[in-house]
Amino acid sequence: MAAGKKRKKRDFHHISRGWNVVLNGIAGMFAFLCVFPFLFVVIISLTDEKTLARDGYRLLPAQWSLEAYRFIFRTSDTLLRSYEVTIAVTVIGTVISLILISLYAYAISRKSFRYRRFFSIFAILTMLFNGGMIPTYMVVSQLLGLKDTIWALILPLAMNAFYIMILRTFYSTSVPDAIVESAKIDGAGEFYTFLKIVLPLSLPGLATIGLFSTLGYWNDWFNALLYIDNPNLVPLQSMLMRIESSIQFIQQNSQNSSMSLAALQSIPQDTSRMAMVVLATLPIIFAYPFFQRYFVQGLTVGAVKE
Amino acid sequence: MAAFFRNVIRNKVMLFMVLPGAIWFFFFSYLPLVGTVAAFKQYRFNREGFWASIYTSKWVGWDNFKFLFNNNDAYVITRNTLLYNLVFIILGLVFSVAMAILLSELINKRLAKLYQTGMFLPYFLSWVIVGYFAFSFLSMDRGMLNQIIAGFGIEPIQWYSEAAYWPYILILVSLWKAIGYNSVVYLASILGIDKSLYEAAMIDGASKWQQIRNVTIPLLSPIIIIMTLLAVGRIFYADFGLFYQVPRDSGTLYSVTNVIDTYVYRGLKTTGEIGMSTAAGLYQSVVGFVLVILSNYVVRKIDKDSALF
Repeated sequence: MAAGKKRKKRDFHHISRGWNVVLNGIAGMFAFLCVFPFLFVVIISLTDEKTLARDGYRLLPAQWSLEAYRFIFRTSDTLLRSYEVTIAVTVIGTVISLILISLYAYAISRKSFRYRRFFSIFAILTMLFNGGMIPTYMVVSQLLGLKDTIWALILPLAMNAFYIMILRTFYSTSVPDAIVESAKIDGAGEFYTFLKIVLPLSLPGLATIGLFSTLGYWNDWFNALLYIDNPNLVPLQSMLMRIESSIQFIQQNSQNSSMSLAALQSIPQDTSRMAMVVLATLPIIFAYPFFQRYFVQGLTVGAVKE
Repeated sequence: MAAFFRNVIRNKVMLFMVLPGAIWFFFFSYLPLVGTVAAFKQYRFNREGFWASIYTSKWVGWDNFKFLFNNNDAYVITRNTLLYNLVFIILGLVFSVAMAILLSELINKRLAKLYQTGMFLPYFLSWVIVGYFAFSFLSMDRGMLNQIIAGFGIEPIQWYSEAAYWPYILILVSLWKAIGYNSVVYLASILGIDKSLYEAAMIDGASKWQQIRNVTIPLLSPIIIIMTLLAVGRIFYADFGLFYQVPRDSGTLYSVTNVIDTYVYRGLKTTGEIGMSTAAGLYQSVVGFVLVILSNYVVRKIDKDSALF
């Protein structure tokens, strides 16, 4: 802590060894607590079902088992189906939002565009005021008729004024006007300039927005909660929710109905549900160190204003 | 008029570029504004569609608002939304800044990077997953917490029906999810501080603590203020996932988990009180709008360049 003591020159900035250990302890502990619940769920998913019924969730279960994963891959068409829905929504959604956002942001970043101010405000206003959940629900389900279609999972998340602002800043910092002007002098049309010059130069910005929206689509359950009743269109996150509430429902009603016992058995056991949680999270876990780099970049870019 | 068309034609490529996005904003952001009139109507779904539903519903004036504010719901959801957000803002700020400073002081940068990666993980997980995580700790008969307290000879607790514990649980979960992300924002700007300032401070004999207090925090304060004001602007909006997924929509907990967003959702999906729910949503939008404008005004006063608009 005290910096005035005798020290080697290269240690000049450093805290003392004792404090360093303490601070490492605090930071390491918190980082561990952030990762621990996921590890715990992995452990639960690898526990033998009977052991679990007897001992509860343990860090070191008496009996390990892969049965939960076997069960899922043997019986669960719903999980595979949900995987398909989620992957389709994520891929199609990310492509659509990248196209919409990059075009919009580019146009309003160009000083030569006469209506740039109007369309900037048109986008920014949506950050300040919105109709709220129910009017949006009415428009999406009644006016656009998207209820129980895959588009109800894709379109509501396709645009976002905040991403437009981030990307606009990115264009205006990484693509100097001079380049665009010189392309124009060389006879390139607006679209050609955009595709061949602007897009390649702003790849890091596009990657940032792309990852933001990939994560948004993968993790979305809210739109499914509002708009999806068809069991074939339920995405992963939403399926995990549904399994949970149907179990609660059956348990609450299990005394007075003989049918529900059979229904209870067809529902995945505790371990298999946790295994589903693990399977739904795994892609994120693998991708996120890579995501993280771009997110930090996106955050820093977003903080800079035009 | 002719000049207008000439301008449109001259800008046609750019207009073509904004067109898809503008259509999206029109349908998903501006048309719903029309739907807010449902707050002043006794709303009934009409098979003919959106316009017919709005048109054929009976006007009731301010009745929906009167009902909302005359029963206890409006008070509870407003209180919960505001208090939780206030606590999240204050504790989130203190812990995130402290963690950022702490990480920046660690000698081994590679370890600091590793911790940061770990802390960032919760940000990438959905609320559904976080809800399952919470369940692995809080489950009545199997959860880790009840096993631990059983070790001390205490009776297991029915976490999902004891309202008294939930303010603490929700605050913990919220901080757990947000600190890593926020501290990265602060860490980025700490790393941007000119190192010579610290050297100058040390030459003047400043201890590490004095350096943090007199160099780091003052230089961090613009971003702290902006982040805080942005959060204040959103103080009327609760994180739906936190309040819906983590308590598992448990009815016995509504007194401490019901916020404006969950109230509006339940009005739509379970209780069917569309008009009153829309009224609550409109109340939220209007107050939220005023707060955003106010906080932006304050940001402008403090630091013009950082204002949102």
